[in-house]
Amino acid sequence: MTNAWTDIKNTDLVVIMGGNAAEAHPCGFKWVTEAKANRGAKLIVVDPRYTRSASVSDYYAPIRQGSDIAFLMGVINYCIQNDKVQWDYVKAFTNAAYVVKDGFAYKDGLFTGYDETKRDYDRSSWDYVIGEDGYAVVDDTLQNPRCVWNLLKEHVSVYTPEMVNRICGTPKDKFLKVCEMVAECSSKTKTMTSMYALGWTQHSKGAQNIRGMAMLQLILGNIGVRGGGMNALRGHSNIQGLTDLGLMSNLIPGYLNIPTEKEKDFATYMSTRGFKPLRPNQMSYWQNYKKFFVSFQKAMWGKAATLENDWSYSWLPKLDVPSYDILRAFEMMKNGQMNLYFCQGFNPLQAVPNKAKLAEALGKLKLLVIMDPLETETARFWENHGVYNPADPSAIKTEVLQLPTTCFAEDEGSLVNSGRWLQWHWPGGSPPGEAKTDSAIMAGVFLRLRDLYAKEGGAFPDPIVNLDWRYADPKEPKAEELAKEMNGYVISDVMDPADPTKKVLEAGKQLASFGLLRDDGTTASGCWIFTGCFTEAGNMMARRDNSDPDDTGMYLKWSFAWPANRRILYNRASCDIDGKPWDPSRKLIEWDGAKWAGYDVPDIAPTAKPHDVGPFIMNPEGVSRLFTRGMMRDGPFPAHYEPFESPVVNVVAPKIKGNPVARVFKDDLSQFAETASPEFPYAATSYRLTEHFHYWTKNNHVNAVLQPESFVELSEELAKEKSITNGGWVRVWSKRGSLYAKAMVTKRIRPLTCDGKTIHVVGIPIHWGFIGAARKGFPANVLTPFVGDANIETPEFKAFLVNLEASSGPATS
Amino acid sequence: MTGTPSDERHSTVPPPASEKYDVEAGDAVHPGRPVTVDRYSGPARFNHWITAASLVLLALSGMALFTPKLFFLTALFGGGQWTRAIHPWIGVVLFFSFLGLFFRFWRANLPAREDVDWVAHSGDLLAGHEEKMPEVGKYNAGQKLVFWSMSGLIAVLITSGIVMWDQYFYPFTTIEQKRIAILVHSIAAVLAICVWIVHVYAAIWVRGTFSAMTRGHVTGGWAWRHHRKWLRELVARPGNGRNAPPHSPAE
Amino acid sequence: MFPPIPNPSVDPAAAKARFSDADLIRRSASEITPPAQRLTEVAKLIDVTKCIGCKACQSACLEWNNLHEEIGISDGTYTNPPDLTENSFTLMRFTEWVNPETENLEWLIRKDGCMHCEDPGCLKACPSPGAIVQYSNGIVDFIHENCIGCGYCIKGCPFNIPRVSKADHRAYKCTLCSDRIAVGQGPACQKACPTQAIVFGTKEEMKGWADFRIKDLKSRGYANAGLYDPPGVSGTHVMYVLHHADKPSIYAGLPDHPRISPIVETWKGVTKYVGLAAMGFAVAAGFIHHLIAGPNRVSPEDEANAERLTGVAPSGSTPSDGHEAGRTT
Repeated sequence: MTNAWTDIKNTDLVVIMGGNAAEAHPCGFKWVTEAKANRGAKLIVVDPRYTRSASVSDYYAPIRQGSDIAFLMGVINYCIQNDKVQWDYVKAFTNAAYVVKDGFAYKDGLFTGYDETKRDYDRSSWDYVIGEDGYAVVDDTLQNPRCVWNLLKEHVSVYTPEMVNRICGTPKDKFLKVCEMVAECSSKTKTMTSMYALGWTQHSKGAQNIRGMAMLQLILGNIGVRGGGMNALRGHSNIQGLTDLGLMSNLIPGYLNIPTEKEKDFATYMSTRGFKPLRPNQMSYWQNYKKFFVSFQKAMWGKAATLENDWSYSWLPKLDVPSYDILRAFEMMKNGQMNLYFCQGFNPLQAVPNKAKLAEALGKLKLLVIMDPLETETARFWENHGVYNPADPSAIKTEVLQLPTTCFAEDEGSLVNSGRWLQWHWPGGSPPGEAKTDSAIMAGVFLRLRDLYAKEGGAFPDPIVNLDWRYADPKEPKAEELAKEMNGYVISDVMDPADPTKKVLEAGKQLASFGLLRDDGTTASGCWIFTGCFTEAGNMMARRDNSDPDDTGMYLKWSFAWPANRRILYNRASCDIDGKPWDPSRKLIEWDGAKWAGYDVPDIAPTAKPHDVGPFIMNPEGVSRLFTRGMMRDGPFPAHYEPFESPVVNVVAPKIKGNPVARVFKDDLSQFAETASPEFPYAATSYRLTEHFHYWTKNNHVNAVLQPESFVELSEELAKEKSITNGGWVRVWSKRGSLYAKAMVTKRIRPLTCDGKTIHVVGIPIHWGFIGAARKGFPANVLTPFVGDANIETPEFKAFLVNLEASSGPATS
Repeated sequence: MTGTPSDERHSTVPPPASEKYDVEAGDAVHPGRPVTVDRYSGPARFNHWITAASLVLLALSGMALFTPKLFFLTALFGGGQWTRAIHPWIGVVLFFSFLGLFFRFWRANLPAREDVDWVAHSGDLLAGHEEKMPEVGKYNAGQKLVFWSMSGLIAVLITSGIVMWDQYFYPFTTIEQKRIAILVHSIAAVLAICVWIVHVYAAIWVRGTFSAMTRGHVTGGWAWRHHRKWLRELVARPGNGRNAPPHSPAE
Repeated sequence: MFPPIPNPSVDPAAAKARFSDADLIRRSASEITPPAQRLTEVAKLIDVTKCIGCKACQSACLEWNNLHEEIGISDGTYTNPPDLTENSFTLMRFTEWVNPETENLEWLIRKDGCMHCEDPGCLKACPSPGAIVQYSNGIVDFIHENCIGCGYCIKGCPFNIPRVSKADHRAYKCTLCSDRIAVGQGPACQKACPTQAIVFGTKEEMKGWADFRIKDLKSRGYANAGLYDPPGVSGTHVMYVLHHADKPSIYAGLPDHPRISPIVETWKGVTKYVGLAAMGFAVAAGFIHHLIAGPNRVSPEDEANAERLTGVAPSGSTPSDGHEAGRTT
């Protein structure tokens, strides 16, 4: 989230698209009801289904799953055509005026530089023209036909209301009504917030869905302001913390990168990370990259990381592929290229697409280690549960170890919520049986490994034996110790260069902010963006002061928000170019002539003059990007691509199947249904229900009572056509698998008409499995295709093709 | 006194077909001093007392639930929970037990011509002028009224009772139907109790009656006084007496 | 935001019950003297228009009351379990309704449960002294130790709420968390509700808050938005804000004009009195008749006549054929 949950109450319009906040984020949804009560805010829901969010909306418009980009580009087109643009914002705070290289173009669904065999682009032309002064060329008049604004205008012009209707199936009048309501927020005194979640991310073009809305929000001037923003609703209480701490194969904490194998040494690695400003005076905050990186290395290897050994750069793993994401991991596992899988707090047999493939892959492991507070399907993948899990234990050689862990309510620590708040929590109960905290288990594994390496040596013992392990009880690092390490501390005294008798930093003290981090080895910080969370003043995450001066919703004294306790990112953009709030009733910070101050921690140097420094300090441009240069693999503008399994041909680019640069493994390609396949005629989507949390709560009796048995949702029209009765059994199958579930025949799903063709939508909740208190059932991943987003490999769970029929249910014998 | 329609009954011609049921199996006359007349067989009496006991228990438990003023009666049954649980089961006993009585007695309780006359003279009966009453068979019209009203009320009570018996029959009816059932049940129960009071009072008032249901026989005088036609029929039967065979087709 | 109810003090001295048996205004099958002064009436306001159907209230209810509901099946609706039970005091009922005026689908989600009527039909119907009580703050509570399991409360209730347990044969329903209210907390469902679709306070506060909500709804085009506080049961201590207050029954059969059934009124009213009178009259009539008319005895003449009829010479008295003769033509 750019903003905070509590800030949603400040909005005038909530758009829930690519998510279902009321069902999947019911607690956070309270702030939508607050916005409605306090500001008379309106709620728009755009979704293939009439959801529980829609049930409390002011306006609902249906959309075919996987066509969001066409819809969003259509809204942008509407705003441009009808001059519903926050011009002052767009001109001052976006790259609308930046001139793009001549080579860049878009035609027939492809941008310049496409290589079909590599399924990748040469992105060199996707960039600004750089002038002789070394800075990007801009045309503030927006007259240059090659400026971003004009390219964008042309790019979205194809997405007329008629075209949106053809692609999305959204009736034209409903689409135009949404456009009208959204366009009102181009006013300086009206803001809109976007609440989205997996409904946008779980597509082969998920990142571009989000880009689409981000661009719209920039055009409306809604980024950085109260009640605005791009608000990703994180589904797991700490999934924001997961990405923050770099639990991705290509990241280290704080969104720093794991080196690639081409970056053989530290100098090479840093050479592409200069982040030279693209416009004069800009902060380009990533220029501090080296400080964050060196401090991280010091936190990892302490004294062993020295200037001489490039801060132990060589001890980091080097990537030979863009990422070892979960899809690649299972592909490798299936191919026998992985022997040991440590599965910590994860149930991939349910959570990754194409269950049959996953089961086959797990069966090729030598050792599977499960760390989980609950019994999971993954831990029992080898067990035969009839149709629900037709495994043959005699044919599986994988050894499975289950290490019971504590759950969040039984241990201490912090959770990072969607609004980037690090909230400390205390144990509410004692762990059962032999359950241990995850850190105790990992410490145990580490200490034995270290002893083994120390005793026996090995190919590359250095990163293990040198790891800095400064915990009071090495066998069980405490949450506070880890938090302090994450925050960072001073390793050795730093004197004031102006006055060598004065200490700037004192060895052993906790750092107060990441601005103090240094690249000379005198500071350590495990995760630079968290610096400030545990300072000499104590555990800032444990703060519980809910005072909120003038009811702005900022709550600066409640917990700690990264970065620097800032509640709204880019909040400098809440003011005009002169530093005065766009909307005085929604003041956040303002320039008082000497400095920035207000209700939030300014997202800019406090003394940076308003006309000099742009609000988007992380970008070398200092402004935000309507055109994202070569930073996304699938294009600098979002373009409509159909899902890999689509009931219709891509209307704007008929030759293109799916996202042209999404990675597809060969075996999986043959498991995709043909476009508009008569064999698999129905457009399916999978989703979560309020009553359950993923595959956990089916273990809990109360949740199982509230939603006891798996079902699929379908329209009355389709039910009639297929003679399916409400509450009866159906069988649903895709090219990858088949499941049985109860039919829920509903008015909440209606057939859509896309380009003259009737499209039936089938909804498949994900929650059931063969373990737990609820009735046995099938998870949705029995059906889903094994393909992910082109940029970050989030699987395409939201749009695929199935067939279905009335059934007498699974054979019980 | 003026002639009544019943006058013609005093002929010695065999009774009309409708009256042949007046004599029930086991009824017999035993000449002697005094004459005794077998009125109710052992099984009939047993059946009656089971019915009577059930009815009393039902009345007590039912009234306990009918009005808070009588809730204390639940103590007789081991408390409210037991009362609630046991009442319908006693009802079932009553129903089947009464069903037995019904099949024993229904023929003798079929209307007869003298019933109209009897009803017309019922005021005389109450006033102590039984001599003004027509001769009646085994049951007079009042007894028949008791019989048939009890039959009807028990049918209503068991039907409405089942509708109210939530423990086993809750899903089969709507709440509105249950409400009607409760109202009907309570009205029927009140009526049944009133009929029962009449029945019991009649047995008390008409001395000599109890022995019919206790020892199974009455005196000849009792039969002469109250059920003379029945007595005449018994006497008129060939081979009357203790060992008299019942009517046989050969007759 | 409606001001949340603060967490109660953990100081044992502060844990003083706010109401007790001394505050009863009604007690089933009993006559009591109500306290001279009523407590402030409380109410729970369920704003159907803010409800997102998350079932947190249902979950909280099960947890707080330590209830064990059965794991059912999916019957093609989101309403789980399919009906209130002795273990589910509250239930989200989902209705898909197409508004005939706009032709738009509306998914109506209503939290069902005891309405805590000011004039409670359950209490009126209950035959067991003290099994159902009403506190002067308006809460209607079942006292299970006094319950006999007859199910009359079910017939008395205009909202089809109480359920009798097959296990212990006692009736159960929402208590409005009287145990929590008694120590100054709100009901568990209200505490769990993420959107303040459930709020709790004094009845006056709730009506005021409902007005505020209704104004907002009217501004959004719900011309018939209104408060459901049905006068037929003299108002309730659980009230609804409805978008379509003119048609309560579209919300999964919420009664349009709830009142205690006239059948129940007749049963607990006139029938009881007339019935007792009738039975009393019958007994009294017998007594009086017996006093006046005396017993109807068999006379020796009757015996003699019987003896004569059976062919045995009567003993003792002279044969009398007076009666017999009188009847012979």
